[in-house]
Amino acid sequence: MSSTPASSTPATPETGTARVKRGMAEQLKGGVIMDVVTPEQARIAEDAGAVAVMALERVPADIRKDGGVARMSDPDMIDGIIEAVSIPVMAKSRIGHLVEAQVLQALGVDYIDESEVLTPADEVNHTDKWSFTTPFVCGATNLGEALRRIAEGAAMIRSKGEAGTGNVVEAVRHMRQIRGEIGKLRALDNHELYAAAKELRAPYELVREVAEAGRLPVVLFSAGGVATPADAALMRQLGAEGVFVGSGIFKSGDPAKRAAAVVKATTFYDDPKVVADVSRGLGEAMVGINLDTLPDGERYASRGW
Amino acid sequence: MLALQGDVREHLAALRAAGASPRPVRRPEELAGVAGLVIPGGESTTISKLATAFGLLEPLRARVAEGLPVYGSCAGMIMLADKILDPRSGQETVGGIDMIVRRNAFGRQNESFEAAVEMADVAGGPVHGVFIRAPWVESVGASAETLAAYDGHPVAVRQGNLLATAFHPELTGDHRVHALFVSMVRAAGR
Repeated sequence: MSSTPASSTPATPETGTARVKRGMAEQLKGGVIMDVVTPEQARIAEDAGAVAVMALERVPADIRKDGGVARMSDPDMIDGIIEAVSIPVMAKSRIGHLVEAQVLQALGVDYIDESEVLTPADEVNHTDKWSFTTPFVCGATNLGEALRRIAEGAAMIRSKGEAGTGNVVEAVRHMRQIRGEIGKLRALDNHELYAAAKELRAPYELVREVAEAGRLPVVLFSAGGVATPADAALMRQLGAEGVFVGSGIFKSGDPAKRAAAVVKATTFYDDPKVVADVSRGLGEAMVGINLDTLPDGERYASRGW
Repeated sequence: MLALQGDVREHLAALRAAGASPRPVRRPEELAGVAGLVIPGGESTTISKLATAFGLLEPLRARVAEGLPVYGSCAGMIMLADKILDPRSGQETVGGIDMIVRRNAFGRQNESFEAAVEMADVAGGPVHGVFIRAPWVESVGASAETLAAYDGHPVAVRQGNLLATAFHPELTGDHRVHALFVSMVRAAGR
């Protein structure tokens, strides 16, 4: 397994390389990726300055409310969203559902999210993401989980958070966890990295790469529970290179205005004056759920292995 | 370094490797002190909207008109084009290079590719072209010079102090394109 893209130029043009997959995520940095369920919402997201949209059948808040098995979206719906916007379109497959991932690749989506928000299809294995041309983003709650996903070929990582709650607490926990573990790795000497890899249940080569670079070898975004411009700015101050906003936009009172405000706050995350200005007059935020009232079986972040 | 959105970190690293001392620019007042500017790869609609919302577009156009050296890769190339063939509603560019670009001309992400590209003004063999949902130049005006083409489409263009590539040299370890831009900035400062 080679985690770092080779530096040599291919003799003939090559698609689906690690460099173009990871490089695609590099282009999204500093931006906001928004969940949308219709072409109309996708256009609102694009007009607000989203760097990409995630095409879904239901936003996570509705998946929670409706219950049942959550699956890949209807291909017609994904086609409609691809038609509607010029920015990249992502879509979710169930964890381990390699055929849903194959279908999404055939539909021409720009990124596949192997997502815990949908009902897992395999309780042991994730999809072999190296075997796809389309790049993958995966969720992680800690460094070991992030590195296992990268070992499987993920070209981008997002903190899981707790999607569909409008509560940022889990996203904060996961981001602090990942960044904290990276910090600890940096303090270890070469002899200690082998044991660290064993503890993280991750390949030694990746662990050493992270220890040397002080960051993941792929882009790290935050997701799950971001509902306000200040939430987005918080996640960036904690080290996220960009944010996913799920239910937070289109479950709020004025989606177009809130979407534009979250985009601005993500760029000027370190400027409280800008965050204050864009936070004015946004109308109702999504109501949100306190996580201590959420039964363990309904926590999406615990899905994935 | 225009740092509203995109692969800013990679460009900063490439510029440092090419001997420059880059700093991020997000506000009009930060633009005043720079001798050259790089517009990174990213999402051109997002960069355009943020530049408009935070009052950067007019100051950028004014500096370009005064001769500020600017290099743009991918989304940055789109921002430097006088015209976009297929703009989104309200998508503004800084302009300056007499060319028409087509966004995502090489296709969606599944068609993104890397390949060797022969580039004029860059010695030492072809550059490593990383094309990600890349634009191409549909037509180049008389005052702009095509430095590289791929599949018959211009992918690197220079006009005076302005340089644009459809590909991303910042994602490779090859800093020759950034070195070319740094030499343009130094020449303009003399």
